[in-house]
Amino acid sequence: MSVKVKEYRGTYYSRKDLEEGRVMAFKDRPEARYAWATGVAMGRFLAELKQGRIVGRKCRVCGRVLVPPRMFCEMCFRPTDEWVYVSDTGTVLTYSVSYLGPAAERLKEPIIIAVIQLDGASPGIGILHKLGEVKPEEVKVGMRVKAVWKPPEEREGAITDILYFRPVEEG
Amino acid sequence: MMASIKRKVAVIGAGITLFRRRLKETGRELSFYATKMALEQAGITLDDVDAVVCGTAPDAFDGVHMKGEYLADGMGGHRRPFVRVYVGGGTGVFTPIAAWWHVASGHFDIVLAVAEEKMSSCFPHPQKAFTTIFDPIYTRPLGANLVWIFALEMQRYMHVHGVKKEQIATIAVKNKRNALDHPCAQLPAKITVKDVLESEVMVWPVQRLDISPPSDGAAAVVMAAEHVAKQLTDDPVWMEGVGWCLDSTYWTNRDLYYPKYVEYAARMAYKMAGIKNPPKEIDVAEPYDPFDYKEAHHAEGLMLARKGEYLKDVKDEDDIFAKYGRDGDLPICPSGGLLGVGNPIAAAGMMKVCEIFWQLRKEAGKRQVKNDPRTGVAQAWGDLMQVGTVMVMRV
Ligand SMILES: [Zn+2]
Repeated sequence: MSVKVKEYRGTYYSRKDLEEGRVMAFKDRPEARYAWATGVAMGRFLAELKQGRIVGRKCRVCGRVLVPPRMFCEMCFRPTDEWVYVSDTGTVLTYSVSYLGPAAERLKEPIIIAVIQLDGASPGIGILHKLGEVKPEEVKVGMRVKAVWKPPEEREGAITDILYFRPVEEG
Repeated sequence: MMASIKRKVAVIGAGITLFRRRLKETGRELSFYATKMALEQAGITLDDVDAVVCGTAPDAFDGVHMKGEYLADGMGGHRRPFVRVYVGGGTGVFTPIAAWWHVASGHFDIVLAVAEEKMSSCFPHPQKAFTTIFDPIYTRPLGANLVWIFALEMQRYMHVHGVKKEQIATIAVKNKRNALDHPCAQLPAKITVKDVLESEVMVWPVQRLDISPPSDGAAAVVMAAEHVAKQLTDDPVWMEGVGWCLDSTYWTNRDLYYPKYVEYAARMAYKMAGIKNPPKEIDVAEPYDPFDYKEAHHAEGLMLARKGEYLKDVKDEDDIFAKYGRDGDLPICPSGGLLGVGNPIAAAGMMKVCEIFWQLRKEAGKRQVKNDPRTGVAQAWGDLMQVGTVMVMRV
């Protein structure tokens, strides 16, 4: 705002105005469907999940093991070199407790989500997933976790073949 | 790279609409209001404009593909060189950066930069459209909500530096209070740290009052080459530094405690503006604050504070105003920011550019910072926590 301007324009209305028909709106629902190719790297990653394994790709130049895998290293800008299996255990790098669903709807039972660095992936290379069998207040950064898989016959080659990660006691 | 730029570019006028959760006007109509005001403030008409740069965020909000073309008439783009730029939440500051190179290159003398967002069209809530930002194969099947990623980033920032929620909440208090003096503001309020900490938990550690709202709104600036600017106004505000940088969408593969890409963008802008000691040489700053923790995160990326130290001496409301209030050591978000004025994505970043313009011209009225500002910085951020856009302005 500038002191030189006296009037700022715009006409406010509430959601109630809309719902009760005091403001005209034209409603439509675009119908667009997609069949995404999984690609070379993610295709293998998903196929391995179905077998209960997690695979990454290693770049021999920078030495990083990338999870999820990529066929090229974005830092060295060259093809990655080999498939590397990583563990289904790891460490929580950060977490949060969501009371919101995908459309901002409120959830009664919160979802706990985390960025997890799997054992065998390079430092700082995390994946997003959910945590389970743990209370929100018990989750800590640095906590050790292990994947809980769907039974083999129910797996479909998707990230959701891992149901969630649960805390593990070690040593 | 970065050969010296021969043509200086000035901002000579700015315009803005009300920011509200729902505005009756279409995106085109809002763009027209903001554009018209910017032209009037610059003392020119559309006939004087050589080209138009449009900034607007995802098409999915409006449900209209080719949104730039759709908005063009309202932005003065009719039968002119017109281009839309888009880098997610970073768009609002990137739009005047793109307009800057239109002029700095020598190709045009007067260029409009207009940013618009109308998030209310996506009904009942734009969050659903936001989720299409995520990778369809890995992330979407997990049912991701966009707030998740910010909560994960906030938690990481707090964990690495030992910053407390009570400290972060002071930023929401400051910005919402600053917004009481902004006539366009959507959520100005006098609140306390306690109010923030007791507000609804959305995605812990993010609570309702930590977060900016969805909004409708538009904002615009007029930019001119030096020889034209000096004819048109006695108070040009020079764009002396621009910077931008993009990191990977693999956001789980970087340490979220620090936005390195914002630092890289800032370094580019500071180098161009000859700034060596940002906290000493910058008098007023508008870092992007869609969440309260982002002001701290970005002020650190902008090197206005050391990593993890933006809130080091801030324990309560009094401390934040003493350090970063309008009469504080370094005024930060005197506009009221996205937390107070609102967050119509691209227009919100442009609002920050407008604010620095008005602050440097001493036209900010009750919001005027008290340190006789000569140099200001505006910054925006977005996409999958991966883009930084920075602009340094001077009088
Ligand atoms: Zn590499």
